[in-house]
Amino acid sequence: MMEEERIEAIIEAVVRELAPALGRGDSPAATTGSHNAAAHGAEAPAGAGTAAPSAQARVPPVAPAAAPPRAAMPSPRPPAGATAPQGLSIDLEDPMAAASLARPGVAKPADAEGLAALKDTTTARICVGRAGPRPRTRDLLVFQADLAISKDALARKVDPALLSQFGLFTVSTMVTGGREEYLLRPDLGRRLSEEAKRTVTERCAKSPDIQVCVGDGLSARAIEANLAKILPVIQSGCQVAGLSLGTPFYIEGCRVGAMNDIGDLVKPRVLILLIGERPGLGRADAMSAYMGFEPRSGHSDADRDVVCNIYDGGGVNPLEAGAYVIRLAQRMIAARASGVRLRLAEEKA
Amino acid sequence: MLRTRLFGKTYDFPDLRVLMGKANEEKSGDRLAGLAASSAEERAAARFVLAEVPLSAFRDCPALPYEGDEVTRVIIDGLNEASYREIAGWTVGELREWLLSNETAPEEIARIANGLSSEMIAAVTKLMSNLDLVYAASRLRVVRHSVNTIGLPGRLSNRLQPNHPTDSPEGVRAAIYEGLSYGCGDAVIGINPADDSYASVARILDMAYDIVRTWEIPTQTCVLSHVTTQMRCLQQGSPVGLVFQSICGSEKGNASFGISVGMLDEAATLAKKHCYPAGPDYMYFETGQGSALSADANNGWDQLTLEARNYGLARRYSPFIVNTVVGFIGPEYLYDSEQIHRAGLEDHFMGKLHGLSMGCDVCYTNHANTSQNASENLAVLLAAAGCNYFMGVPLADDSMLSYQSTAFHDTAALRQLLRLRPAPEFEAWLESMGLMRDGRLTPKAGDASVFLSR
Repeated sequence: MMEEERIEAIIEAVVRELAPALGRGDSPAATTGSHNAAAHGAEAPAGAGTAAPSAQARVPPVAPAAAPPRAAMPSPRPPAGATAPQGLSIDLEDPMAAASLARPGVAKPADAEGLAALKDTTTARICVGRAGPRPRTRDLLVFQADLAISKDALARKVDPALLSQFGLFTVSTMVTGGREEYLLRPDLGRRLSEEAKRTVTERCAKSPDIQVCVGDGLSARAIEANLAKILPVIQSGCQVAGLSLGTPFYIEGCRVGAMNDIGDLVKPRVLILLIGERPGLGRADAMSAYMGFEPRSGHSDADRDVVCNIYDGGGVNPLEAGAYVIRLAQRMIAARASGVRLRLAEEKA
Repeated sequence: MLRTRLFGKTYDFPDLRVLMGKANEEKSGDRLAGLAASSAEERAAARFVLAEVPLSAFRDCPALPYEGDEVTRVIIDGLNEASYREIAGWTVGELREWLLSNETAPEEIARIANGLSSEMIAAVTKLMSNLDLVYAASRLRVVRHSVNTIGLPGRLSNRLQPNHPTDSPEGVRAAIYEGLSYGCGDAVIGINPADDSYASVARILDMAYDIVRTWEIPTQTCVLSHVTTQMRCLQQGSPVGLVFQSICGSEKGNASFGISVGMLDEAATLAKKHCYPAGPDYMYFETGQGSALSADANNGWDQLTLEARNYGLARRYSPFIVNTVVGFIGPEYLYDSEQIHRAGLEDHFMGKLHGLSMGCDVCYTNHANTSQNASENLAVLLAAAGCNYFMGVPLADDSMLSYQSTAFHDTAALRQLLRLRPAPEFEAWLESMGLMRDGRLTPKAGDASVFLSR
C-alpha cells in the first residue's frame, strides 16, 4: 500500500528529526508554528513545519480534497415503462472533480488571460460570470454540492471500524440527546458523563507523558480522513522521544473543554485532543489538534495550543502535523506550560 | 407586580428582566441562558403583561445598573429629555401602535426615538410580528455621508468583502475587481484581515486605497482589524476611510473585546482628524445577538435586549454604517432559519429606530440548521424593510472566515427585483464605467478583467 509506505517514510523522517533535538535536550527550533487557541480560534491557519499557511492558496477553488460521494447515476438503459424520451442517456463523470471548474465562467471577458490570472490569485469564487444578475447554473450546483458535503459531515458518526482498528474504546460526554442537543448545549459537550468518568478511570494508564484522545467535534469525516495518518506518527514519535503514551480513547459528543475532565482523571503531562472542525463550505475533512500541559478543571482556551486546518491537499498535512505535535509536546514539557504561558516562558528563555 | 391570568392560569413574573426574557420569540441562546418561556402560553402571557408596562419603567430599571456599567451611562445620558417626557407614560403596546400608525410622520418617529432608551426599543420589538418589523423599519430612513451618501430612499448599497485566507494583496485585489464589476462596494470596501498586525493591515489599507484612487471610485475603504491597530495606522498616516470595531452591549462584554467607551471616543476623534473621506460620518460597527452571553457579560438579561444596547452605544458616534452579523454566532444562540430570520429583522428594526444606518450580514455557519435558500429569503425581507446594505462575498462563500454570507449576485438581483439603485455618487460612477445603465447591469458587468486596463 502506497499510504503505508508513505507513513513509514514520514516516521523515519520524524525519527531523524527528533534524535538530535533529544540529544541536546532542548526543544526543536520551529517555534513559529504554534498558534494560541484563544488568540486565533479554530479558523486560523496553523503553519506546522513546512505546511505554511500559504499552502492554502494552492487549493483548487472549488474542488474538495476528497472526492465527494457520487450522485446517483441515471441508468443508461431506459427502465421498463419509463416515460423518458427514447435514447436519453446522461452519464456524468464526477462534476466536482472536473478540471473545468478552475476556469473562469465569464462569457466575453475584456481580457481572458488576465481574468484567468486573477482567478489564480485566490480560493475565493471569483471570475464566475452570471446569468442576468444571478449565478450561472454550474456555480449554483457546485455551491449546493459543497454545502451538501458540509451538512452531511455534521450528521454522521465516526465509523466504528476505524476506532477498533486503533483499539480506541468509546465514551460519551453529558450530551445524551443526539446531534441537536450537542449543538444547543455546548456546556454538556465539555463534560464527561459519570459513566465515562468511571470507564476512563478503570481503563486508562495514569500519569503518562502524553495522552491522546479523539473527539468527533463537528465533523466525523475529519476524523475518518486524518486519524489513520496522524496517530501512527504520534505513537512512533513518542517512542523515539522516550515519552510514555497513555491509553487512547474516543469521545462522542465532544467539545474542546472536555480536556479539563480528562486531565483531572488521567493526569497526563500533555493531553492531545484530535477533534473535527466546523465544516467549511465543501471542506468537511479539517481536523484540529488541541493540546494542553497538565489540563485541569477551570482551564480555558488561553491555557491551550491548537494546530488547526489539518487535512491533505492544501491544509496542514496530517503526517507532518503528527510530527509537529510531538515537538510541541516536548516544548510544553520543557517549559512546564502551554498556551499563553508557554509563549511567555519561551520569550523569557 | 407583573402578573396576568391566561386561559384560567396565573402567570407571575418576578421582575422586568424575567418578563423581557420570556416575551421573546424562541431563541436557543435565551434557552441556553435559562431565560426563555417554558411554554408558548407563558410566552403569550408575558407579552400581555409587557404591553402594559410604561416606558419609564425601563429607564428606572436598565439591564445593567447605571453606576456599574458605562454602556448604560452612554444610553441614559444620551437621551433627549424633551422627547423622553412626551413618551415616559406610554405603554409598550401604545408605542407599537404609534410606530405603525399612518398618522405618525417618520420625522416625528426620529424625534421621539431620541428619547427612547435601548431597553424601551427592545421591549417594543418583542411585541412586533415579522411583518410589523419589516413595515415599521421601512418608514425609518437613515441617511449618512462619508465619501458618498448611504441610506437614501430607493437605494440599496453593498459592503464589498473581498477576504483572502492569508491576506494576499493580489487575491484581495482580484476579489475587489470582481465585486466592483457587479456594482458592489458603495457602502464600503471592507477587508477582514487574517493577520491583525500593523504591517499587514497597513499594507491592505494602501492596496485598497490605491484601487479607489486609480479608478476614482466614490466610496470608502476599511480594514476590519482591532480598533487599536487602525488607530495606529491613522497615526502613521495610512489611508483609512472608515474606522471599524465589533461592539457589545455591556462594559464587561466590551472588555472581552479589548475595548471601552473611552477607547472608542479616542478612535472617533482620530478618525475625524485623519480619515480621508469628507465625512462627517466615519465609524463602522458590527454587532450580533448572543455576543454578550458568550462572554458571560449579559447580567442575566436576554440576547435581544443586549443587542439593542449595542445600538444604544453605537448611536453615540453617528456611524456611517452598522451591521448585525446575524447568523455568525452559531446554533447555540440562533438555532435555525426561523430564529436567524427573526433576529435579522429585529436587529435591523432596532438599529433603524436608534437612528443608525443599518445593514445586515445575512449569513450562517455550516452547523446551523439553515441553508443558502433561507439566507436569500431573509435578504428579500430586509431589502423590503429598507435595509441600507448587504455584504458582497464571492458567491457568498467567505474563503477566510469559513461561513456563508450573501453574494455580489444577490445585491445585483435584489436591486433589479425591487427597483433599488446604488448610492447616487456610486451609481454615476458605475454608469461612467459602462457597468450599469438605468439601475441594471450592462453586458460589460460581471467581468473583473475590465479593471486590468489601468
